[in-house]
Formats: sequence, structure tokens, C-alpha cells
Amino acid sequence: MSHFSRETAERARALVALYPERRSALIPMCHLAQEQDGWLTEEAMEDIAELCGVTPAEVRGTATFYDMLHTEPVGEYVISVCTNIACLLGGADELLEHAEERLGVRAGGSTTDGLFTLEEAECLADCDFPPCVQVNSRFVRRQSAEDFDRLLDELASGALADEVPKHGTLIRVRRDGGLRAGRSEVAEERRAMSAAQAERAAAGKDAS
Amino acid sequence: MALTDAPRIVTSRMGRDDSHTLGRYLEAGGYDGLHKALSMTPEAVAAEVDEASLLGRGGAGFPAGRKWSMLRKAPVTYLVINGDESEPATFKDHLLIERDPHQLVEGVLIAAYALQVTQAFIYIRGEFALGLERVTQAVNDAYAHGAIGSDIFGSGFSVDVVVHPGAGAYICGEETALIESLEGKRGFPRIKPPFFPAVIGLYGEPTVVNNVETMSNLPWIINNGGAAFAGLGLGRSTGTRLFALSGHVRNPGVFELEMAKTTFRDLIYAPTLGGGITGGNTLKAFIPGGVSAPWFGPDQVDLALGQDEVAEAGSMLGSGSIVAMDSSTCMVRAAWRITKFFSRESCGQCTPCREGSGWLERVLYRIEHGGGREEDLDLLLDVSDNISPGLAWPPQQTTICVLGPSIPSSINSAISMFRDEFLVHIKEGACPYG
Amino acid sequence: MSSAATDETVHFVLDGQPATARKGEMLIAAAERAGTFIPRFCYHPRMKSVGVCRMCLVEVSGPRGATLQPSCFVAVGEGMEVDTRSEKVKKAQDGVLEFLLVNHPLDCPVCDKGGECPLQDQTFAYGPGESRFIEEKRHFEKPIAISELVLLDRERCIQCSRCTRFAEDVAGEAQIDFAGRGELVEVATFPGEPFSSYFSGNTVQICPVGALTATPYRFTARPWDLDQVESTCTTCSFGCRVAVQSSANRLTRLLGIDSDPVNHGWLCDKGRFVFESTNGDEVATGPAPAIAVATAADEVDVVPATASQAVSLGPTRGQFAGEARSDHSVVSNRLTEPLVRKGGELVPTSWGEALGVVAEHLGASKSEHGAGSIGVLGGARLTNEGAYAWAKLAKGILGTDSVDAQLGDGLPAELVFGLPRATIDEACDATTVVLLAGDVREELPVLFLRLRDSVTNGHTKLLEISPVRTSLSAYAAVSLRVRPGDSPAVAASVVREGAPSLFAHPEGPTFSAEDLAAARALLAAPEGGRPGDGVVVVLGRPSLAEGAQVTAAAAAALAEALPGARFLPALRRGNVFGALEMGLAPGLLPGRVSLDAGREWFAAAWGGAPEAAGLDADGILSALAGEGEAPGSVTSLVLLGADPLTDFPDADLAVRALGAADFVVAVAGHPSPSTAHADVVLPAAVAHERVGTTTNIEGRVSRLGQKLVPPGQAWSDWMIAAELAQSLGADLGFGGVADLESEIAALAPSWAGFTPAVLDHLGAHDGLVVPLGADRGTGRAPIPTDPIAIPGVESVEHQGAALWVGLIEPLAGEGRPDLAGAQEKPAVGAGVAWRAETPRVPAPDSYSLRLVATRRLYDRGSAVASSPSLVALVPDAVARANPYDLDRIGATSGDRVRIRSARGAIELAVDADVHVARGVLAVDFNVGAGDGPANVAASLIEAGAAVNDVRLESLA
Ligand SMILES: Cc1cc2nc3c(=O)[nH]c(=O)nc-3n(C[C@H](O)[C@H](O)[C@H](O)COP(=O)(O)O)c2cc1C
Ligand code: SF4
Ligand code: FES
Repeated sequence: MSHFSRETAERARALVALYPERRSALIPMCHLAQEQDGWLTEEAMEDIAELCGVTPAEVRGTATFYDMLHTEPVGEYVISVCTNIACLLGGADELLEHAEERLGVRAGGSTTDGLFTLEEAECLADCDFPPCVQVNSRFVRRQSAEDFDRLLDELASGALADEVPKHGTLIRVRRDGGLRAGRSEVAEERRAMSAAQAERAAAGKDAS
Repeated sequence: MALTDAPRIVTSRMGRDDSHTLGRYLEAGGYDGLHKALSMTPEAVAAEVDEASLLGRGGAGFPAGRKWSMLRKAPVTYLVINGDESEPATFKDHLLIERDPHQLVEGVLIAAYALQVTQAFIYIRGEFALGLERVTQAVNDAYAHGAIGSDIFGSGFSVDVVVHPGAGAYICGEETALIESLEGKRGFPRIKPPFFPAVIGLYGEPTVVNNVETMSNLPWIINNGGAAFAGLGLGRSTGTRLFALSGHVRNPGVFELEMAKTTFRDLIYAPTLGGGITGGNTLKAFIPGGVSAPWFGPDQVDLALGQDEVAEAGSMLGSGSIVAMDSSTCMVRAAWRITKFFSRESCGQCTPCREGSGWLERVLYRIEHGGGREEDLDLLLDVSDNISPGLAWPPQQTTICVLGPSIPSSINSAISMFRDEFLVHIKEGACPYG
Repeated sequence: MSSAATDETVHFVLDGQPATARKGEMLIAAAERAGTFIPRFCYHPRMKSVGVCRMCLVEVSGPRGATLQPSCFVAVGEGMEVDTRSEKVKKAQDGVLEFLLVNHPLDCPVCDKGGECPLQDQTFAYGPGESRFIEEKRHFEKPIAISELVLLDRERCIQCSRCTRFAEDVAGEAQIDFAGRGELVEVATFPGEPFSSYFSGNTVQICPVGALTATPYRFTARPWDLDQVESTCTTCSFGCRVAVQSSANRLTRLLGIDSDPVNHGWLCDKGRFVFESTNGDEVATGPAPAIAVATAADEVDVVPATASQAVSLGPTRGQFAGEARSDHSVVSNRLTEPLVRKGGELVPTSWGEALGVVAEHLGASKSEHGAGSIGVLGGARLTNEGAYAWAKLAKGILGTDSVDAQLGDGLPAELVFGLPRATIDEACDATTVVLLAGDVREELPVLFLRLRDSVTNGHTKLLEISPVRTSLSAYAAVSLRVRPGDSPAVAASVVREGAPSLFAHPEGPTFSAEDLAAARALLAAPEGGRPGDGVVVVLGRPSLAEGAQVTAAAAAALAEALPGARFLPALRRGNVFGALEMGLAPGLLPGRVSLDAGREWFAAAWGGAPEAAGLDADGILSALAGEGEAPGSVTSLVLLGADPLTDFPDADLAVRALGAADFVVAVAGHPSPSTAHADVVLPAAVAHERVGTTTNIEGRVSRLGQKLVPPGQAWSDWMIAAELAQSLGADLGFGGVADLESEIAALAPSWAGFTPAVLDHLGAHDGLVVPLGADRGTGRAPIPTDPIAIPGVESVEHQGAALWVGLIEPLAGEGRPDLAGAQEKPAVGAGVAWRAETPRVPAPDSYSLRLVATRRLYDRGSAVASSPSLVALVPDAVARANPYDLDRIGATSGDRVRIRSARGAIELAVDADVHVARGVLAVDFNVGAGDGPANVAASLIEAGAAVNDVRLESLA
């Protein structure tokens, strides 16, 4: 491991400890890498491969399956405009068109200043406030063209820095405490409990 | 808001800004259900859920109690909560996750105890950044409160709960794809049989997968008894259920309604619910249960919001999301957009789904943009038939999972209900709605 | 694997007819055996089913009526009713085909797969006439190179995942994987990390369309021009069955055939692509390879090989072939006419003259210095028949026993034949496999696949005893690192209680007491069984810098304590087992009998036999160089396809020996430093140009198919032997290979009854293990093979050697039993006794590191050197040592160091490697770096020494 900072590496190892099998930490670790770099760099994928016990090709192969994991650089703010059915009915196409014009990029593109990436999203599950927009996975609701322009200004000026962290920062709450159960421990506990259960069942039968 | 006098089961705390905090939750009797469950035997807890006849709220509507009891013959190793909620126009789990994470966590703990599972995972779609933070916080707080971890509440029962973020792929809502994803892989659904999670699930071990809303019902059920839950609703559709209403209604949102006692008309038009169609237009069609479901026309609005009632009418209540489309809606465009969704979200394993969705999407796009040919309608239906033979409901399939046969639903509905509209597109070489 | 099926039978109804399946068998396979072929793309019988292409949908009865199910993913159930031809099935299958063509380019006319493409074929057979798809297809950049050998055309990919599953599940190295989602799913490598697997060619072979193509084959031929024979690969000794294809007397492609007891359809890339060397294509060489000429006293003295030979050994290879030489010269790499040295240069001549010169010199050598003055090295590249002919010539006519098919890189023949032999299947069914060999993936690549499979999908556990980490270490239950010289002590301690003395080594033990205990547990006798029951030892040479006697002593310790254990000898040279079987080893005669036990029998048949046991390769070269036990006793040298200057572990000795020889004749197919030094060069036919048989590591004899006519005046080895005998005034008595086969069957005890008729009559495509009846098999049920991977190989249906188990009786009395007159035929193994003496291993001193030299698949041997597609893959040599030892000399990874041994000194880059034990230095064998020696390890090794110690000095 060479690319992860000490803090990232430490958090990555803590993730591995949460799962019975280390590969399970792959996706959370990709998020972590994006938190460090803003996107998923090749170097980060190599680190992840090592930590998860898979090949870099498998990390990349897995990551590219998921829309939120970017193996190409993206802007500091990834703006996702949902155009799926509920938002379509609520004017999403028009908003996306406006956004494209305003940012000067097509959906999928990034502004040259590296600030914004525009994405056409599938349903983001916020259909009661169409058209639905997210910035870095934070919901901003019921966006008119004017709202959208204001949003860009606020993002650019840093006025929303508290609500919308830089791209990649997904979960700002760290898990604390808890069991770190290995696969064999899980199986062990499981066996003990089913034995107890069987005993109860037997006892129940005796009683009746 | 409710039209019947049924209690609010999962949305009782929603009104308040701090509904997601442990303090507020405890104030409202939070974790009482867990305390009570822990004082019972696991078997008794499961029996209570069985008696409630709680149908799974993830889409398939399989009774949770039955799923568990089937499983409890063989020990279950893992409990996995499906919070991937990505079915278009479905946004009820979003509400539960963000607004009442402790209710979810308590439900998970009750289920874990009933199943005697020591390791649970809550899989939440990656786009719910706030939800992920709130549930993570809730889990942390629950640890601190002694509700998770070793020997919870001194009961001798230990359980770990891990909050796992997805990363943006609809198919990971399908339970076997979700398991693959949780194993750190692409979300490729597994073939059932043999990969029923109950038999060969996470890490090859028996696993229960349940939806967020399903779990969120458990504290109430344990506190009030399965019978009280079963007393609500009608027939197989017991209790209350969250309905997510969107589209051309004045007042879109999530509503908790007693099952089968209200109708689509109530939901769409009642002033306290949908409040009617926007802009003085009329209802043209509606999708009754997520975009995988065949559509209904205005003549079907009086159907009851019950699982069997909707199924008998040839569709499904599915994920409980209703999309109303008014008279200004271009049905070709609607069908195209939904098909585009499936094309983008097909995992890509099965030939018919991967290639068929893209093909259908291209044809619909061509029609919508004026390049349609008359033979395209038969082509659309025949290609659909090759994905879902017979184009009937419930669907047959040539694919691994039911995403494939979900593709034809909207196409088949749109063509059979609005064939003329397609023909106008074709004849005029343009979309009449502009 | 998914097709694991037991012998239990289930009954089902297939298209209205009763049929049976083995319990657990997939419907698609059961139907195929019943004669109903269900179309498929993703299903491969040797890999886990995934059921994704959906081509194999059939209707299967169930609780809710008949439903469409993928027949590759449904195990046949008792009473199941299956319809493979209903309207619904046909529509679904037609639909899948049409879907597959939606995004598939219509470039069949320029596609390598055109003409043998299941997609194309099935479209013709079942598909709709005209495409209903009028939209724009998905576009990707046309073929991209994903490795030196493999190109990927993503537009043609049908996402069946055969290649990715192979890489992950079979080869265990997922360097390719799917990327993207849905319609955009593509096969991809990681940037900067090519698909460098040794097994990448298999993905090309099993790709059902033309998405993966091999650079060596691309555009060279169309399937319908191809002509093919079935044969056996002789690149290593594993014996993979292959289909050899050619077009216009040029080899174009090799495909693996699914041989159930051997290769399961797989090949390594070396075996698959090394056919280029047969074609004799011109290879653009890099800077000329160099060998180091250095002695203990010298400073490093690196001289380009060609120059050094010009100085000390004679003309260079460029000179005899008459080509211009430059630093990047182009050389034709086949020998096509006899060459004789005249005026210091090798010049083309006639066979008559060349053989006359050889006969004259060898005859003179024999009469002046005795038969023992002729040394014969090599033979592992010959066919069994060629080896026999040469054994008869050398031992019967010339009368020398100083004959050795191994070049100091093998094990004593007595050991190979004296230990109870295991088959490959037995190794893969063993409860414990002990690895006491080099890196199997480098030396016997497909054995690596088989063992890996038996560990990951079977019940086998591996116990590795190795000086360095190998490709199998990751799969080993226990991996004991040993320092050179220590394996006998370690072997003794895993079979006996008590800590080994090595724990007292100044650098500390190389493994823990827990590992030792775990190793012992793996070798514990099964309940009610003998110690060693269920144990197979894979026995090779863990290091060429460690004397064979060390490994032999370790094997002896195991054999003694584990009477139930069997041994699979892991020697890697092509037909080394055939050569040994045919007597190309000192002290042995054909058919696994000792010289003493077989002398009378063979002398009667041949008209002569050696009087006394001769020297092995080390002894021959030492004698030539005027050293060893019999200095000067050997003066002439016959090289049978051997290149000791490149290949012998002690380069210094080889250089001196060849320099001192009075006369050297080389029989060879390709030029090499050694042929460049010969006095006479006789051009020989090589792989795919000969008929006959070959013998693999388990003793399985299988047929070689001749696909090409040898180029120019090259002859088969047996013909050269026969003609040379004529020139010597003798008659070997062979008019053709058939004569040889009958004579071997009649004379060689282990081949009793093994007449050509047996091999042909039984249609034993997988070959047979000799002695006949020795094929104990494992009773595995043969599985249907993959028609997509081996288009046009007709015999696949007949495969599955397990079918023959028990059928084979030695057909006594056939052949020419009267050959040996009144003599009594010795028994198999007569007189073959081996004794392992405890090697004398000097105590390590604390300034030295103990040298380990291991083989690489791609090396500077002549096979790779003359295959244009493979030369680029030969790695540069590096030295690897524990960071602790590097620290001590102040070096780190990437630094250059000077390595000094008793033989000389070289400079090399070092890598810090925690998997190398302290006190050990590992260097790859037969690879070089830059302008340094072509075989750096060989320039450090002293032949015959039990261990080689080196000193390290940092140059940083
Ligand atoms: C394509 C597809 C997408 C799905 N998406 C979801 C989802 O987002 N959330 C969910 O809970 N269930 C989803 N399901 C259903 C799950 O597979 C599974 O039935 C459910 O999680 C079981 O929980 P329940 O029994 O509590 O309903 C989906 C199913 C399919 C086929
Ligand atoms: S039907 Fe579609 S989404 Fe489901 S497994 Fe097949 S390709 Fe994937
Ligand atoms: S799905 Fe059975 S062969 Fe591909």
C-alpha cells in the first residue's frame, strides 16, 4: 500500500475488520478512496486490491459497475439531475437542459474549472419534490431554473460547504464501538445459539 | 391524513425535526419492543410476527413470518436489510431511513433475536448520504445504549450491526444481487434455485433478506401484538403500508394507509392525501406499484390498495409506489423513459435483458423522435415476448432475475392502452406533445 | 467443478424418451450424452456454470407446470420431464440468438473465428433470416491488445464470461474481469497490468466468438484451409493432448484437447505458441545473448556469447547460416542441411559426407580410447522411438554407457523408476500432496492447473517444502521454507517426531514449530491405513543450484517413513521420461532395467552392450574438461538436441568441456551456442514433424501426430541413428517407426505388449500408462467436452481414459519375441536400485548466502528463443534475497549487487523479498539481464556440489 494516506489506510483497515470476509469492504473502501482523492484513482484501486485480497482488475471491474464510483476525475461537486418518470412528469428534462446550458457541458461532462460535473441520474427516491437534484449525494429539493442558478452560485462561493462536502465524502459519521466478528466466530456463536434453541424446543416438548 | 382510524405504525414520529435522534426515540417508547422481545423466547417473537401476517414490503410481498419460519428449520447465519430503494418513484424507505433510523435499528434487532442471528447488515443505497449518516449514528447510539453489541440489555444475546453503503446500481435491490454487492462484487443476481438466500446466501450461508419498511414494523408488532397488526387491513393484506405517490398530483408524498381499506382513488384524490390531479387535467393512467408493474387506466382507480386485489387486476402493488400521469403526458415518452431506466440498470448478465432493453429503448426513442414505422409496434411486442414469453402477469421469464421481464410491462401497457398515440407519432413523424 | 457427478443414476424424460443421468449432472450434459445437443455459449464443462447467455433454455416440468430453464444450471432430477424442442423453446432460443446479434458486428469475413463460430453457425442453423435490428450498434475501439499474445475485440464479445471465469476460477489470476454494467459490460484489464497469465491462450480457445484472438494466429489462416492432426505437446513432460493445425506446410495453431486424465483441455501459452519455432520463422533478435566466462579467480568478465565462442569455441551461429549479423540481426532458426566444419567454419554438406565424418571420428575414438570415450548427451527431445534407436546405437553398437538424457537438471533415473509411481489423477485425488519440486507453474504449467483445481475444488491439501515461495504457496495448507541442503533434514522431521537440527541454524529456523506440527498432521496415517496412504509426493528439482543428491535424500526420507506414498516425478524436459525409459541414462537399458540385469538380454538382441556403467552428464562434461573421477576418459561428444552451453547448470564447466572435446557432433533442429561449436551438425525433425510416441510424467505413452514435412534435409532422429549405424558398418534393423515400435514392445520389459496395435486398436486418444495395467485411474466419469473450444476435433466424444481402466491386458506374445534368442527377458525394474546417500552439505558461513536457482517458463532456451511471439516475454534476471540480508550489505530493492561464487562473479539487480528465507539468494535459471550472461545462474553454479554458496556485495 502506498497511495492511501495514513488516516485513509487506518480507516480502510477498520472497514475490513467489520466483515467476515475482507472483500466485502471493497465498496465502502472505494467510497473512502473517493473521499481522499475525489475520485477513484488507479493507485487507490491498487491499494484496495491489496487490502481486499483481489486483483486490481477486479477492483476496477467491480467499481465500474456502480454509478457513484468514478474511475475518471470528476468535479468537486457532482450534480445529479434525476430524469426518471416522476421527475420527468415534474419537468426534469427542462431542468437538465437548463443545467447543461448554464454549465456549458452535456450530462456526463465536467466544467473546465473542475468545479462541477453534471450527471443525468436515475430515480434518486425523492419523488415528492420533482425535479429532484443531488449534489454529492446530498438532496436539494424542487429545483426550478432559478433555484438551480442560485445553487451553483452558493456552491461556488462555498456557502453550502457545511451541507455539501467535497465530492467523495459520503458518510461523515464514523462507526464507533461494536463487535468485530470473524466468520468463524459468527459460526461459533450461531452454533451455540441453535443448540440453546434445540434445548428449549426439547424442554418445551417435555413440559407439554 | 389517514382515511381509516388505523394507528400510524411506522410514521408516528415523523412530524418532528429530531425524530431521528435516540433521545426523541426513547421518549416515544423507543426500544421497548426490543426489551419486550428479549424477555420472550426467540420462537415466541417469531410467532408474533407470523401472527401479524406481515407481508414483505420490498416488492415481492412474501410474508416475513413465513420466510423466517421456513428458515428457522435450518439455522440462519446472517440477516441483511434491504435499504437499496431504487425502484423509480419509490421513496418510502428513504423516509424511514432518514426520519426514523432507530425504529429501523430496533426492528433489525428484534428480527436478529427472533432468528438468533449474531451478525446483521443494513445495506443502504449509496445516494442516501444523509440516511447513511443517520443510520450509522443510530447504530453508534444504540451501541452506547446497550441495544447492540455483546449481551444486549443483559439478555445474553449478542449481535453486531454493520451499515453498508451501496454505490449506485438499481439491481442491487434484488436480494441476490444485493448479497453479491455486499460481498464486494458486481451486483449480478444469482440464479434461484439454487441460490435462494435462505439456502445459499451471504458468504454461502443461510441468510434472511428483508426490506427496511418490513423491519420498521416490528417494534410496533412486538409492542402491540401480532393480532393487533393482523386486525388491520383485509385478507392477506394486513396492517398499514406506506404508499409513495408521485407524478401529476397536487400533493405528492408518502402516506401510511391501512391496507386494502382504501382505494387508488382515495390516495390520488382525497384532499388529505394526493389532493387530485394537477393543473385541472384529468388522470390518463397510473402505475400502481413501481415501474416494473403494468399500468392501470382511470377505470381502475376504484381498486383497493391490497396485494391480492391489485394482482387479480393484472398488476402488482410491488414497492407501493403510485405514479399518476395526467392527460398531458406523452405515453411514448413515458414508456421510453422507463425502458431507458431498465436499459441503464440491467446488470448485463442475461442476453435477453442486456440486449433486449437497449434495443427496445432505441426503438421507442426513434418513435418518440419521429422515426417510427408501423411494424415497430409488433417488433416491440415480439422483442418483449422474447424476454417475457406470453407477456402475461405475473410474468414468465427467459432471464435470471425479474428485472428482465419487468421491461415489457410499461411497453406492453402503453401499446395496449394507447396504441393510437403511437400511431400518431409514427404518422406525423413527430411527438404530438412537442 | 460443477459437473461433479456421482455414479448414482437418475431417470428422466427427454423429449418424450426415457433417459438417464448421473446424480448431480447438469441437464445440458446429460442430454448431450443421450444424443441431444442443446445449443449453448457460456456453458463450459470444465468450469462452473453461470447460466447467463440463456441460449440453452429448455422447458422443464415443475410444480407450477413447465417453465423455461437454463439446462446448464439445472441438475437432472428424478422423473423430470424435459422438452428441448417445443415451440416455446425454439422461440426463446431464436430470441437469444437474435439478441446476441443486436450489438455484434457483421464482420465475419475478416474475423478469425469465421468458419468455426458457434454464433455464426447457429445463426445459419436456427436464426432468423434477416435482422430486425436497424438501430445503431454499440461501438468500441476495434481490437485492443490486452497482452503480448491476446487481442480483444469488445464489439464481438457476447459477455459469456468464459474468459473471465477461466482467469479467476481455473488459472487463479483474475487479470481480466468484466467492467461496466448492462449493455456496456466489457472485458477489461487493469491499466498497465496486461493479461500476462501463462494460460491466456486458453481464453482465446474457449471464446465462443472472435472477441479474443491470439496474435500468433491472427489472420494466418481461415478455419476451412486448416488441416489438423491430434498429437501430444512435448514442450514440457506433462503430455497435454493437442490438435495441431497447419496450412500450406506451416503450423498455424495448436488447440488443447480435453484429455480427462491429463490436461482437461487446457494448455499453457508456451506449449500453445512455441510451434512458431517449428516453422522456423525468422526472429529479430535483440542484442546478442552473452555468456559469462569467469573463473573463481577472475573479476567479472562478461563477454557476449557470440564473441566468446568466436574466441574460445569457434564460429558463431550467424556464420554458419551465412546471414549477416548485426546487433539486431535476423536469423532463420531451423537447421535444414548437414554442416561440417571446414577450415574452422561450418559449411553445408551432404548427409553422406556428414555421416561419414561422424562415423570416422566416433569409430576412431572407440578404437583408440575405448567405447567409453564417447559421451552422449541429450535425448529428451526425441520421440520414444528415436530415443530407443539412439540407445541401441550408443549402447549396442558404439558400446558406450556414458549416455545421459538429462543435463544435470534432473534426478537419477534409478530414483524415478525405483519409487512407487503416481499418476496425475492420483496426485489430484490425494489427500495430501507433498511438493518437493520447483515452481510447478513455471515448469509443468498444466500440472499447476490440475493441482490448483484439486485444492480449490477438491479435497487435496498441499504441503510445500521449497526454498522459495512458488505459485502454489498460496494454495498450500503448509509451506515450509527450507534453505538449500536442508530438505533431507526437513523431510525427516516432518515424518518423525523431534525438532530438526535446523532450528539451531545461526540465521534461525525458516519455519515455525506450529508449521512443522501442521505438516506432520498432514502426513499422519489415515485410520486403519499405512503411513503415506493417500499421500503423493511431487518430486522434482527445487533448485538447480542444489545437487540432485539432496532432493534424492529428502525423497528417500519420505519414501522410507511413508510406505503408502506414491511419487509423481516432476522433471520437465519434453520427453525425458521416454528417453529414460528407452535407456538414455547411464547404467540403464530400455524398459526400466539396469545395465547389469539387462546386459545379456540386450546383448543377445542387439549384438552388443556396454561392459561397464558409464558417466552421467556431469561426469561426461567433467571428463571432457579433464576433471572429476575419470579425467580425460571422454574425448568425443554426441549432442542429441542438447545445448549444454545454454542449459547445463554449470556454464563454466560446459564451456571448458566443449572447448576441450576432440570431436562434437550435434543432432539438432535449431541452431544454438552448442551447435555453433560442433564439428558436425545433423539437422533433425522437431515437434509436429515426426511420428511416434511420447511418454509423460506419469508414464503415459501417447501418439504424436505428424503435421509437417521436415524442412530441407532434416531427418527424424531414428533415421539419423539408423543411417549413422550404417556408416559405422552396422544395421539397427529398422525400416520404419513400426519396426521400432514392435522391437521396443518385444524387448523393453516395461513396454511388454505395448504394440502399435494396442494404442490404435483401443483408440486410446489419451494414451496409456506403461507398464500396461499400471493405469489405476480414479474412476472419474469422463465428461462431455467443449465443442466450442475444439471445433473439428472429432475424437472428443471418445475421450475419457477411465473407460479403459481394467480393459487393458498386456498382449503377450505379439511383436518379435524371438529377438533376444534364448535369453530370459528381465522383469520390469530388474536391477533398478537406488540408494540415497546423505549428501555432505558444508555448514553455512555467516558471510555467504546459499544460492537457489529456479526455472522460468519463458527462458533463453532455444524453443522460446526461436518463437517470435514468446521471446519478448522472457523476463530479465534479478536476484532475490531477504531484506534482512540485503540490509546487512547495505542494499535495497533495485540496487545492483555483485554476486560471487566459487565459479565466478556477476552483477545483477536485487529485489528484497520477505518470502526468501534469510541466508538464501534466489536467481532465476536460464535467464539473463541486459548484456550480462544469458544464463546468469549457470555462471554461478558448480555442478556436482550439494549446495552453492555465494557472497553478495552492494554496488550502490
Ligand atoms: C430488480 C429488483 C429490484 C428490487 N429492489 C428492491 C429494493 O430496492 N428494495 C427492497 O427492499 N427490495 C427490492 N427488491 C425485492 C428484493 O429482491 C426482496 O424481495 C426484498 O428485499 C425482500 O424483503 P421483504 O420480504 O421484506 O419485502 C427488488 C427486486 C428486484 C427483482
Ligand atoms: S434479468 Fe437483467 S438484471 Fe436480471 S440478472 Fe439478467 S441481465 Fe441482470
Ligand atoms: S445459459 Fe446455459 S449455456 Fe449459457
